Amino acid sequence: MNRLPRLRGQLFERHEITVEKDIVRARQAVGRAMDGLGAKAIRKTRLVTAASEIFRNGLNYGGGAVALIHCDAGNRMVWVDCIDDGPGIEDMALALRDGYTSGTGLGRGLGGAKRLVDEFDIVSEPGVGTHVRLAGRA
Amino acid sequence: MSQAAGLFLVDEIMLVAIDENIDDGDIVALQDRLAEEVHANDAQGIVIDISALEIVDTFVGRIIAQLAGIGVLLDAPTYLVGMRPAVAMTLVELGMTLPSVRTARNLQHAVSRLRSGR
Repeated sequence: MNRLPRLRGQLFERHEITVEKDIVRARQAVGRAMDGLGAKAIRKTRLVTAASEIFRNGLNYGGGAVALIHCDAGNRMVWVDCIDDGPGIEDMALALRDGYTSGTGLGRGLGGAKRLVDEFDIVSEPGVGTHVRLAGRA
Repeated sequence: MSQAAGLFLVDEIMLVAIDENIDDGDIVALQDRLAEEVHANDAQGIVIDISALEIVDTFVGRIIAQLAGIGVLLDAPTYLVGMRPAVAMTLVELGMTLPSVRTARNLQHAVSRLRSGR
């Protein structure tokens, strides 16, 4: 799988997502990272909501994931990576389209997450895994 | 289910308080429990308080819509109260406007609307 470039900034927290409670823990960590940069409620809510969507995808479709949260204090950005070694996404354009779902969601997960954040990147390879990266400005 | 949601019957109205730490499994379990409790207690209405929730994502949004749908089918009109402004803005940005869910500004408003049959 093509890898997304290494992030600058400080690693804030790393979370393994293997059960549903881990989604809650990891998204709360994203919230603390935004609080640490003094984010306004709306900016924090957008990023935490988007992170919740991709963490759930990592668990439900990827079979589990690792969440990495980085703080870039200089640029007042929080970066969220969600990496899984699941089946990958066959048709990326379709998966990113609003309204599409291959599972049990409303189909606004990935496309919706993309709309809520300031930076969005995704690489995926069938049979290898998926790496989603989000960032929000505080 | 853990303490992720509390159900309280007050004057024939079922109050549902959802905890910030609720996870996907808990909220699915809440659907079953709420339907049972509303039926068993002959509740005349349901008020779901989400003021503790820092976010509502598409999964939780979908379940909230289903909770309201269950309430309607059980003849227990359902109100959602306590949504934080940032949560409302984010839901609209996600395209989830929850058209089938009735909202009220707070618990008191919801209860008085239920009492007046609106």
